[in-house]
Amino acid sequence: MKQIYVGLTGNEAVATAFKQARPHVAPAFPITPQTEMMHKFADFVADGAVDTEMILVESEHSAMSAAIGSAATGARTFTATSSAGFALMWEVVYIAASLRLPICMPVVNRALSGNINIHNDHSDAMGGRDAGWIQLWCENTQEAYDHALMCWRIAEHKDVCLPVMINYDGFIISHTSESLHILPDEDAWKFVGPKDLKTGYSLLDVDHPITVGPLDLTDYYFEHKISQIEALKRAPQHIAEVYKEFGALTGRHYSFFEEYRTDDADLVIVALGSTAGTAKDVIDAQREKGVKVGLLKIHMFRPFPAAELAKALSKAKVVGVMDKSASFGGWGGPLFNEIRSALYDLPARPKIHNWIYGLGGRDTDTKQIVALIEQLQAIAKGREAETVNLLGVRL
Amino acid sequence: MSLIPTSSLNEGGIITEAGNAAAFKTGDWRSNVPQWVPENCIHCMFCWIYCPDSAVAIDNTGEKTVMTGFVFEHCKGCGICAQHCPPAAKGKAAIVMVRDEK
Repeated sequence: MKQIYVGLTGNEAVATAFKQARPHVAPAFPITPQTEMMHKFADFVADGAVDTEMILVESEHSAMSAAIGSAATGARTFTATSSAGFALMWEVVYIAASLRLPICMPVVNRALSGNINIHNDHSDAMGGRDAGWIQLWCENTQEAYDHALMCWRIAEHKDVCLPVMINYDGFIISHTSESLHILPDEDAWKFVGPKDLKTGYSLLDVDHPITVGPLDLTDYYFEHKISQIEALKRAPQHIAEVYKEFGALTGRHYSFFEEYRTDDADLVIVALGSTAGTAKDVIDAQREKGVKVGLLKIHMFRPFPAAELAKALSKAKVVGVMDKSASFGGWGGPLFNEIRSALYDLPARPKIHNWIYGLGGRDTDTKQIVALIEQLQAIAKGREAETVNLLGVRL
Repeated sequence: MSLIPTSSLNEGGIITEAGNAAAFKTGDWRSNVPQWVPENCIHCMFCWIYCPDSAVAIDNTGEKTVMTGFVFEHCKGCGICAQHCPPAAKGKAAIVMVRDEK
């Protein structure tokens, strides 16, 4: 298959992938920096490139509610949001997962208020990490495009039937033009395929009437939550299959997490999203100087691949986990907590420290990552250090 | 009703039976209870029509459908049946609400 080499912003790339997936319905409400993605998709609809029914709603709560109604009929459905918009749809975000509806939603990551800030950090999606959605994280425009194609195969798999959230950094990825390879429309469609209306259930199947979202009290709620957990446990196997198939098709091979120069690394940085790209450049330069440092970039944060991560990080001496969100009053950031917990049962575990960085879009440049690596080196040599640290903030 | 385990549940908690209210016994929290006075009953079926649950028992196997009493496993004591019970026919209502002493 011959792919097309183009220059697109992250938002344009994701809109293109969604056009190629031919969704039936897309409820939309604008919020920076997601807005451009829906603009672009609306262009495709207006130009007749895709016949998706767009529902222009009055809030994000309504956008997700409309998505739920649509997906419950069996229609392939997506919406997209950021930050405060994600916060406003909070209640229904949980319901989408509870009803096991395969909705796909880019969360173009942006700081939560207040004070109001339109720039990138991960506080929006991290707040929703226990909502029951599959969460996939992207480093750049290419990864955002690829995941926007793959998400349908994952969400709509009959053994999964869960909503998928695709995270990519606001402005850094969403508004930056990058070159990437996209699939021709027909090849993308061949990969995604039509939604199998026989999987899951449909409110429009009048021969099999159902009740969706009934009152669920002390007698069954607990069992239904466990059933959701079981579905999330089944997801990794299917995500791995989709990654494999996509890799064979495009040459771009994904896994639950990417290990960059970690083979002999004493020091390993763990990060999500675009910061991983900056870290790779710094790691290349540090490797030139003989510093044994590597990067572990997580694609699949929910479900959390704890066992695989523990194995991958078991050889390191010091692990530095970068969190682009704060857990107020908590013990380190959310990514740090998960990683540290995953490593707890290792017979000999590395030292694990946390760096909170980049809140509200504070630029995380190469100098900051160099400084982080220097601290990891010092810790490896036995220097005492705080468990939870800050990067790039004035104190 | 026996409770089914997680492994046998429909995904998403959807209910595939059109009417399953009869399976849920919900009549254990009323404070008032309807009392049927058969000699006053003209079997108009108003109580059966207006009951928001399925708490009015009837027998429709004979020539004429008749009311036969209440199913207290479903009655929440709302009193709608008593409100709609027409006393005009025999001068006295066939359903009166009393304090549930149980």
